[in-house]
Amino acid sequence: MLAPEPVIVRRRDTRAVLLVTGLLLLAAGSALAVWASGTTVLVTLVRMLVLVAGILAAIAGLGRLARAARGKPVDVVFWLAMAWLVLILGAAALAPWLPLGNHDDSVAGLTAPIFAPPGGLGADHPLGTNNYGLDVLARAVFGARTSILVALLAVLIGTVVGGLVGMVSGFVRGTTDRVVGVLSNALLAVPPLILLIALGTVLDPSIRSIAFALSLLTIPSMVRLARANTITVAQREYVLAARALGANRMRLLLREVLPNVVLPVLSLAVVMISVLVVAEASLSFLGIGIEQPTPTWGNMIAEGQGGVMEENPFIVVVPGICLFLTVFSFNLLGERAQKRWDPRSAKL
Amino acid sequence: MGWEISSVARRFLLPVLELLAVLFLVSLGVFLLLSLVPGDPAVAVLGEGRTPAEYDALREQLGLNDPLMTRYADWLGGVLNGDLGTSLVPPQTAVLDRIASALPVSLELAVLGLVMALAMALPLAMWSAYHQGGRADRAIGAVTFALLSMPSFLIGLILIAVLVNSLGIFPRNEWVRPGDGLAGNLSHAFLPALTIALMEAAMFTRILRNDLVTTLHEDFILAARARGMSPLRVMVSDALRPSSFSLVTVLGLSIGRLVGSTVIVEYLFALPGMGKLVIDAANQGNYPVVQGAVLVIAVIYVGSNALIDRSYGLLDPRTRRARA
Repeated sequence: MLAPEPVIVRRRDTRAVLLVTGLLLLAAGSALAVWASGTTVLVTLVRMLVLVAGILAAIAGLGRLARAARGKPVDVVFWLAMAWLVLILGAAALAPWLPLGNHDDSVAGLTAPIFAPPGGLGADHPLGTNNYGLDVLARAVFGARTSILVALLAVLIGTVVGGLVGMVSGFVRGTTDRVVGVLSNALLAVPPLILLIALGTVLDPSIRSIAFALSLLTIPSMVRLARANTITVAQREYVLAARALGANRMRLLLREVLPNVVLPVLSLAVVMISVLVVAEASLSFLGIGIEQPTPTWGNMIAEGQGGVMEENPFIVVVPGICLFLTVFSFNLLGERAQKRWDPRSAKL
Repeated sequence: MGWEISSVARRFLLPVLELLAVLFLVSLGVFLLLSLVPGDPAVAVLGEGRTPAEYDALREQLGLNDPLMTRYADWLGGVLNGDLGTSLVPPQTAVLDRIASALPVSLELAVLGLVMALAMALPLAMWSAYHQGGRADRAIGAVTFALLSMPSFLIGLILIAVLVNSLGIFPRNEWVRPGDGLAGNLSHAFLPALTIALMEAAMFTRILRNDLVTTLHEDFILAARARGMSPLRVMVSDALRPSSFSLVTVLGLSIGRLVGSTVIVEYLFALPGMGKLVIDAANQGNYPVVQGAVLVIAVIYVGSNALIDRSYGLLDPRTRRARA
């Protein structure tokens, strides 16, 4: 899907044709999607299929428009994903200053309607309210703040610690390397979610400790990647040359090895962000992560259990879509980064 | 002579020693971690409002007053004799019994999910690789990429919304043990297993397709085709085996993810497996159960990965020779 398509210039693909068909597809697709999301005529399965078909048609239309404007094929999905990332990261960063409803004060929520359906733009509750009368849009935005903050913190810790340990271990080799290997294998010996649940038994459910627990998931793979790259780099001639010129180990590590290890490690870090967003969501969904009333996408989705989802689908749909789009976008970005900077491990 | 002994030791002894070291570290980690649980286990067992003497007697009985290392040695000694301790929360049965009744459920789900995933991934990957760059290939690529961005609980919720609530096809929230009728068991296990399978299938399809595409450019494939073998025959008998290296590696890694999604699916569908056992115990601060379950899961996980490491020789004779 993500490989560049072969450019086949057909005669009928003139700019005017592209513009018209693109506009038509975009309009028809969006109309179909909007109708499908609002209608009650169809069963859920058909509705979902129609909705997806509409969205795909709209994206295809957008693609044609972009191609008409640029004169060559454009990867619209990638740019849409990046636009979503900018939007959600911006909203998450600015959440306290945005004109949003009540996201976590359940006392004030007493006066608000419960399970109000989404009212659309301009309404009091554009995406409805939950069982405490809290505004779903506000919770989705503040949920993004928690989810992304936790994931970024964890990736930061994991990248710095794992990257450094891996570099040193791959550069020094010998006993240090073996000890580091056994330690990181021990961390890998417990399946990630089980490790998180075990940690969740002990740690208090604050953002800091969840981020710490999640960072333990990233460290072993970071160590492995940094170590493997360091070992190949350390054998290169320029490192030998620097050593011959009298550079000490510290200088070799920082000036010769580090610059060559940083890019693959960073591209893994981007992939890790999406893994951690999912891990945090899973943990909160299971009720072990961040607790109510602080919103995260995971515990918002968990609110849909026990018959709530059937009556009020938006309770699950809103955080579900946010989660999916964010993970999808980070995956896409990570895949691009790995293809460019770490082609060996870009397997997926 | 000395060199030969040391190379034998290097090949067989060191991996085993490392495996043991890893398992030892895991057991130590699990024990130390859960001895840090906030709150007093004695209060967890007896409830609040008893006299300090009663709590103290129980603490003495549970051995909580001993030094940490003594307790670890006791626990490890018990573990090696097949005794994982007793549950703190009623019913106060042996942890081993709890695990013995939960493990088959999880294993069935995981194995069923894995089989379903492979059953979906093999034909899809072959189809996709054969029509490389075509419409089907790109569609399969897009769908699998989207699936990979979907957490398993989201997939499960969508399946429930569509198949259970809307179409009413599958039962939800019950578990029938295989002993009480295989048909009932399978119909209850199908939806949870499908939830687990979809994500893995997406991963497997992508990996296998990429390797197949590389293999299909090799000379021996051309030779087989030139001899007039049908595309399907070439795919299955010539291309599949040399292309399954990355798949097998990913299979090893995916067992960890499989455990994770099994936990979530058990929670979602309220099935009495290991996941539910661990989550309930974690929520109740029932640390002997968490310790025992995590240890058992880790041993199974490490063991299956070690087995997968050995399976490369079956796939490619060259690695067999390199190793022997």
